[in-house]
Amino acid sequence: MEQPVLPTNTYFMLYIPCPHCGLRNETEFHYGAEAGVAYPDPNALTDSEWAKYLHIRANPKGWLAERWVHFAGCGRWFSLWRNTITHEIGPAYLPFTTQPKSPGETGKEDSRI
Amino acid sequence: MSEISFHFDDKLYKGQQGEPMAAALLRSGLLSITNSTYHGRPRGVVALGVEEPNALVQLVSGTKESMLPTTVIELADGLAARSLTGIGALPELPDEARYDKTNRFVDTLVIGAGLAGLNAADEHLRAGREVLLIDDQPGPGGHLRHLGLGLPPALQNVLANENLMYLSRCTAIGLYDQNYVVAVERRSDHLGNSAPLTRSRIRVWHIRADQIVLAPGAFQRPLIFANNDRPGIMLSHAAATYVAKYGVQIFKHAVVATVDSQGYRDALRLHREGIQVQGIYDVRTEAKGPSVDAAMAAGIPIRFGTTVVDTISNEEGVLKGVILQDLNTNEIVQTTADLLAVSGGWTPIVDLATHIGIKPQWSEEHAAFVVKHSTAQLNTAGMLAGDFGGDDDPLVFFGPVLNAEQARHAYIDLQRDTTLYDLRRAVGAGLSSIEHIKRYTTIGTAHDQGKTSGMLTIGALCQLNGDAKEGKLSLSPADVGTLSFRPPYVPVPFAALAGRERGLLSDPIRITALHQWHVEAGAIFEDVGQWKRPWYFPKPGERMDDAVRRECIAAREGVAVMDASTLGKIDIQGPDAAVFLDRIYTNMFSSLPEGQCRYGVMCKADGIVFDDGVTTRLGKNHFFMTTTTGGAARVLAWLEEWLQTEWPDLKVYCTSVTEHISTIALVGPKSRQLIQELVTDIDLSKEEFPFMHSRMATIDGIPVRIARISFSGELAFEINAAWGHARYIWERLWALGRPYDLTAYGTETMHVLRAEKGYIIVGQDTDGTQTPHDLNMSWVVSKKKEFIGKRSFQLPYLKATGRAQLVGLLPENGEEVIPEGAYITVLNAKPDEQGKTSHTGFVTSSYYSPALGRAFALALVADGLNRMGELVEVPIEKKVLRATICDAVFIDKENVRRDS
Repeated sequence: MEQPVLPTNTYFMLYIPCPHCGLRNETEFHYGAEAGVAYPDPNALTDSEWAKYLHIRANPKGWLAERWVHFAGCGRWFSLWRNTITHEIGPAYLPFTTQPKSPGETGKEDSRI
Repeated sequence: MSEISFHFDDKLYKGQQGEPMAAALLRSGLLSITNSTYHGRPRGVVALGVEEPNALVQLVSGTKESMLPTTVIELADGLAARSLTGIGALPELPDEARYDKTNRFVDTLVIGAGLAGLNAADEHLRAGREVLLIDDQPGPGGHLRHLGLGLPPALQNVLANENLMYLSRCTAIGLYDQNYVVAVERRSDHLGNSAPLTRSRIRVWHIRADQIVLAPGAFQRPLIFANNDRPGIMLSHAAATYVAKYGVQIFKHAVVATVDSQGYRDALRLHREGIQVQGIYDVRTEAKGPSVDAAMAAGIPIRFGTTVVDTISNEEGVLKGVILQDLNTNEIVQTTADLLAVSGGWTPIVDLATHIGIKPQWSEEHAAFVVKHSTAQLNTAGMLAGDFGGDDDPLVFFGPVLNAEQARHAYIDLQRDTTLYDLRRAVGAGLSSIEHIKRYTTIGTAHDQGKTSGMLTIGALCQLNGDAKEGKLSLSPADVGTLSFRPPYVPVPFAALAGRERGLLSDPIRITALHQWHVEAGAIFEDVGQWKRPWYFPKPGERMDDAVRRECIAAREGVAVMDASTLGKIDIQGPDAAVFLDRIYTNMFSSLPEGQCRYGVMCKADGIVFDDGVTTRLGKNHFFMTTTTGGAARVLAWLEEWLQTEWPDLKVYCTSVTEHISTIALVGPKSRQLIQELVTDIDLSKEEFPFMHSRMATIDGIPVRIARISFSGELAFEINAAWGHARYIWERLWALGRPYDLTAYGTETMHVLRAEKGYIIVGQDTDGTQTPHDLNMSWVVSKKKEFIGKRSFQLPYLKATGRAQLVGLLPENGEEVIPEGAYITVLNAKPDEQGKTSHTGFVTSSYYSPALGRAFALALVADGLNRMGELVEVPIEKKVLRATICDAVFIDKENVRRDS
């Protein structure tokens, strides 16, 4: 198995950039699972599709767009890119705004030790 | 320095203030300090610092800390300790010492105040940066301190720089992402009895640094040979330091076994203190450099290509002689020695670097794993970075080839008593990964976490996997790899991590506006989340059962009152509030007229009940939601999540008002009579103010909202008032209530009353798998509208038969209250082939009902709603109870009393 490598030039998840409050300690936030999974029209789905909406998430190794809520601060939900291997935090964005490109797709080299 | 006395194993010893306890014990001739944990072999001091595997003691004085190496205990007046064999005992009394924590943001954090760390600090100070320098020793200098040398003047100036903060006795225990370091500073133990009472014993530092320099230094390694654990066998650097710096004069004849030139320098230090060094046995075939020259010039015999294979002891198990072997000729030499100083090379302290996933690199030149790391955030320096200085020139060698008998006594981990034999057995059993071997053999899992044994394990594995005959390594340590270390670097008392957040300060305590009244009334409290709620109100001489019975009877036959202020309360306003609640609750709220209340259930999208409560419509666009006491925060978070992330088009605003509004529940057939005396400006009659209605009113001019809500099934009035008015209203109720024999009741009675009516508590009568249908509450599920969770009710597994359903349970013996949580089996259940008896459900709530005059229970039973009247068994401990499945509503099924 490939060993994780740690980037050095950006935020890691002990600090999280709240779009409203700025960099805050990770303990002020709650995790809200994968972003971009909109609530579907329940009645338009088969049982199997509905069960997939309920229980199946991408859970990739690497960059993932996630929902977070700054519960101990402004109380607002937002989304951000996070690398599930390195804990690197990518750009954050507000709900219903355009999702920025995954840092893994922007052509940026992974910064490594 | 001043002389002080201290106790060890009830004997008085003398020592110098501040020196390591190990030095004083050695000076007094105490070589055997303890017996080993599993093999019971005598053991003595091996090392100089936190890497010490043997000489651990339990403090008898002060905090009575259970396991500390004598090599790090600084002598102070009043110190007392006792020896221990492997396992310390926690003191019976709580640790009364003070502990605190602090945060620090710095430009540069330098870990290690040896030469490398001081030079790094100097460099960063010159660049205009603020530097925090931490080091676990009592003073700066690192290796220089052990040599008894002072700092060069240039580095003394570094310490005096006003932009530098230096913390001695401060150990970095963890390195985390984003240059976050946790360190523990020991502040008072070294002062002994003279420590100021107000000073915290340990301070935990949370440090965030723009840049970190890791300069932790290195530990010297032992070698693997037979009987390498006897008192009198020490790391050469430690032996020379105890003798030369601390004046230990108990050794006469020393043998030095070495793989590098460090052994020569230590031999010379011993020689200069008057010890007869029998010889330096160097495994290398040749060696040169100033250290070697100096030893030669001193006339110390040197023999190359030779190493130690075994040792001999006296009756006490203390070292008496050394057996050496020429690795070329296999010739065996035996020599008398009371000190065997071993230099197996250096192991740089890679622990902190590995905490954040940095992989140390094997360096053949250094015979060690090193971390050469240089980024804008993190740099390594000194021995960790491979800067060993000097002329060490080590050979990669961990010990000679040993036969099976020798291997049984060739120790790798002294604290765990694991030997080369154990390691061979692990490899023989097919284990090859060092992480697996660590867990199989327990090497590196003791107090010292493998500080000396980790590298030996790697070396031995290389040997085992290589050509054993020649003692040559066919595998390189680079192939085996290092163990990964985890924080903390050294053991840390839990009390230090807890800091002041202990006892009353460990968690916030929430109390209602009526709390003081409850205290004065003699209430016994229970914790509900962070809330303190009265559990019951015993009268003098009453047991809990008596009090609860009396309270229940008062509520069912007279009038009783409860402080329900801990209910979660959420004020919901906005033009779309009704639409929003229709989506959140399984039942309809848009149809609720103003001034009326409705019980609602909310589910997660998976159809599972998540919370419940009564919501009142105060105005067209204004609702007042109540939640369970424990669910208030998560319900509000749930509402916000949907509003913010799915339905931003809805204009709805949710505000927690739990602590703004007190709720007093007045319960019982006589409650109307009593409240009529208090509230005179509205009509409280059954006709004008029916069940589930809400009215604004005043009490002595205080605005209140009164609601006909009942969690007991009795006629009841909930008085809602501003938090600050609650005590006044409560007192007025009591002044008027005397003729009615008004009775206060607590949560236990509340539970009995609600269970008698089959009212659920989400989380007690549900286990996170129940739909409203499972709870026999299909009536609360709207068929007319869409809501969260509705789609899931069509999923086959939520419609299947056999699901756990909420039912009542009447024990055959009405005097016996079934324990909550007890499993239920079918009648005459028999174990299957595996000897297991499958259950058919479990008891969720169980009480004695004064109204029924018998015990009763609620339970979740497979297909329970279709099994009414069935006799089932409840095996508890040594007996089997019997009970009958029944409807979950035990009292007033027609709701006559509630609606009266």
